[in-house]
Amino acid sequence: MSFEIIASSFQHKDIEQSQLRRTLKCGAIGGGTVVALCVFGLINQFMERWIIENLLSLAHAAFIGITLTVGALIAIRSPKLSPAARIFQGFLVGMVSGVFLSILILIMATFDIRNMFVSLSPKLLMFLSYGFDPYTACAVTIIVGGVLGLIGAAIRESPPWLRKPLITGLATAFFIGLFAELLQLAMQYETVDPIRDYMFTWEGQTLTGAITMFVLGFVLSLFWVMRGKQVMANHRAKSHASQRSIRYFLYAIAIVLFLLFPMAAGSFFGQVLMLVGLYVLMGMGLNLEVGLAGLLDLGFVAFFATGAYTIALFTADNEHLILLIDRPLTWWEALPLAMFASLMMGLAFGIPVLKVRGDYLAVATMGLGEIIRVVVLSDMASPLLGGSQGLLHIPRPWIGDFELNDPIHLFYLTLISSIIAAYFAWALENSRLGRAWMAIREDEDVGQALGINLVNVKLLAYGLGAWFAGLAGAIFAVMLGSIFPHSFQLLISINILALIIVGGIGSLPGVVVGALMLIGTPELLREFGEYRFLAYGFVLIVMMRVKPLGLWPSAVRKRELAAAAEAEAQMRATSGQKA
Amino acid sequence: MAILEVDNINVYYGNIRALHGITFNVDEGKIITLIGANGAGKTTTLNSISGILAPRQGTVKVFGEDVRQIMPHLLVPKGVIQVPEGRRIFSRLTVDENLSMGAFTQLDKAHNAKNRERVLEMFPRLRERINQIAGTLSGGEQQMLAIGRALMSNPKILLLDEPSMGLAPILVDQVFESIQDINKTGVTILLVEQNAYVALQIAHYGYVLESGQIVLEGDAKTLIDNEDIRKAYLG
Repeated sequence: MSFEIIASSFQHKDIEQSQLRRTLKCGAIGGGTVVALCVFGLINQFMERWIIENLLSLAHAAFIGITLTVGALIAIRSPKLSPAARIFQGFLVGMVSGVFLSILILIMATFDIRNMFVSLSPKLLMFLSYGFDPYTACAVTIIVGGVLGLIGAAIRESPPWLRKPLITGLATAFFIGLFAELLQLAMQYETVDPIRDYMFTWEGQTLTGAITMFVLGFVLSLFWVMRGKQVMANHRAKSHASQRSIRYFLYAIAIVLFLLFPMAAGSFFGQVLMLVGLYVLMGMGLNLEVGLAGLLDLGFVAFFATGAYTIALFTADNEHLILLIDRPLTWWEALPLAMFASLMMGLAFGIPVLKVRGDYLAVATMGLGEIIRVVVLSDMASPLLGGSQGLLHIPRPWIGDFELNDPIHLFYLTLISSIIAAYFAWALENSRLGRAWMAIREDEDVGQALGINLVNVKLLAYGLGAWFAGLAGAIFAVMLGSIFPHSFQLLISINILALIIVGGIGSLPGVVVGALMLIGTPELLREFGEYRFLAYGFVLIVMMRVKPLGLWPSAVRKRELAAAAEAEAQMRATSGQKA
Repeated sequence: MAILEVDNINVYYGNIRALHGITFNVDEGKIITLIGANGAGKTTTLNSISGILAPRQGTVKVFGEDVRQIMPHLLVPKGVIQVPEGRRIFSRLTVDENLSMGAFTQLDKAHNAKNRERVLEMFPRLRERINQIAGTLSGGEQQMLAIGRALMSNPKILLLDEPSMGLAPILVDQVFESIQDINKTGVTILLVEQNAYVALQIAHYGYVLESGQIVLEGDAKTLIDNEDIRKAYLG
């Protein structure tokens, strides 16, 4: 598949660089990032957001964090220098970064380039120059940059017992500050009021709170650095049975905490986790197609839409209602219909693309997905499907006399569905059908030559994959209460594909991790508006560079990596012998 | 008795005619070989038998049934299996998984276990590497795996496409010995080879292909001694 080629074409080469070049390069990375943040307008947003109230804004934190990182980076990249020289290199790198920012300050002070770069406002200039005149500001920026780079390199050079706790402490304080608002939302109970007031005001984290968090992170991490090995050794010394019971106990605690979390944390988290759950469902479905059967599908959203529209058509009390019996169906009665409709849609979808392979398949399925959306939007189908007006008044599901109307209730519905679906996905993966999918993923022709019915097996991959998406769509319909064609954009298909790649293609736990990462995190960062997608894109690029197999790769993929490394080592050994 | 009958088939790739009326029979329990140079039409003939290609004219019959009436994947349960050119093992799966893929059409687990044992006995090298990723095997081991995988389907007719390709001479001998062993267990073998000499050494009967036509046929022993063959293929 094309992804693998992209992931594997990168070869690391150690080319000896001069120290000056290395320093300039690291400085340019830091300075360039900082300037880019300014130009894109992120800093404008960040500077209004306190990490520590009235003391440190997110913009400051970003500058500090980036400079510290490049300081540490040069220390890592200059292994041949003495420690003191490395720390000095950190100073230089910080200064280079500062120079970049200074140039930006000078340009902003001298010219008005707001026509081109809207974000470079006088306010930003004020922020960057701390109220000094531009030249002083430049000098200050460069010196502060140097000092920060030096600190970064020094942290990197310090012994692990100091470095790890320090980083953990800083990160703890930072993340608590970043998510201050959400954490406060989750802490709306009288019993925790004193803690909340100690740590936060509605503006952000208090200084005392930040220090407490830093110390907490520092101490915990210090404990782990000093005693962790012994704790683990003690753990390993125990019998297998007791090790396993400890492990299960920890799992149980984690599961209970996870189950209780949305109930305790409130609707917002419930909503976010529910959305994650929907994407997990769809991810598992697409994973059958892409991960197991190797059928690249960019039209997956069509199945999601089919599920949602089926629910709406049979349950929603509006003029498009289809009456099967004398009353509208309940959600539970319509659910099997929705899943069946999606399954049929999957089969219908598969037929025209049966003979299309690889990259061409991605394009063909993308076209199919768009056709579905356009048909729903069209005047032709609007008497049936409501056109762009959508379908409104979809009732919530009831269990007896209890209406599932809160996002938290729906989250639990999603969770249970996901668990059932995950079981199915797991069973399918290990079935004869799963083996057939694996075979055609590896080599379609040979699969056929071994007696696999390509047509059936491929159609089943589409149909069963679609079944998962139909379930997700059915929940989605009641979550929103009304559905519109524009809720089913191509972007959803792409998101699902991205999350299974980031999680690790073909891996079930990977789907969950990928969904939390790519769907959950952006939702939590909603206050940054469209900018969060910048982070999203950035994460995707970094992920594919650093972990091309995904966050939680499947066993097969891990083996491949090991095999490749082994083969390489063997090659080195033989070439070494020849030399 | 002929269990595989190829009757006057003409195969085209687009407008290009690849086979000009090929006719031959394969008798039960024999090793039959098709030899010829690159592009003579050997693989095309094999692919027409296994249903991957459809001849424009002529028929191919296995056990008296026209293969065009059989879906390609249904040939396997009937006992016809092809070991494709270039081995084409599932290189990202383990040796064991590859073998179990070969038994895809066989639902009887006990029987599969016995079959697997038989294959591993025939190729002890595979047993040593049973949990290794197939892609990391050597060329010869991969060829053994490809043949072993095919045997897992319980074939009556084994179609082998260039098993000697890319193998060191010593491995070629090993692989061809195994082919003879397989034949002795009652499996009919149609062997397509460029390496005419080794093919004719183990075969009972041979056909020589040139530009999509059979130009010569005969007992393997007589073909080996044939002057023309010696000149053209054996050097």
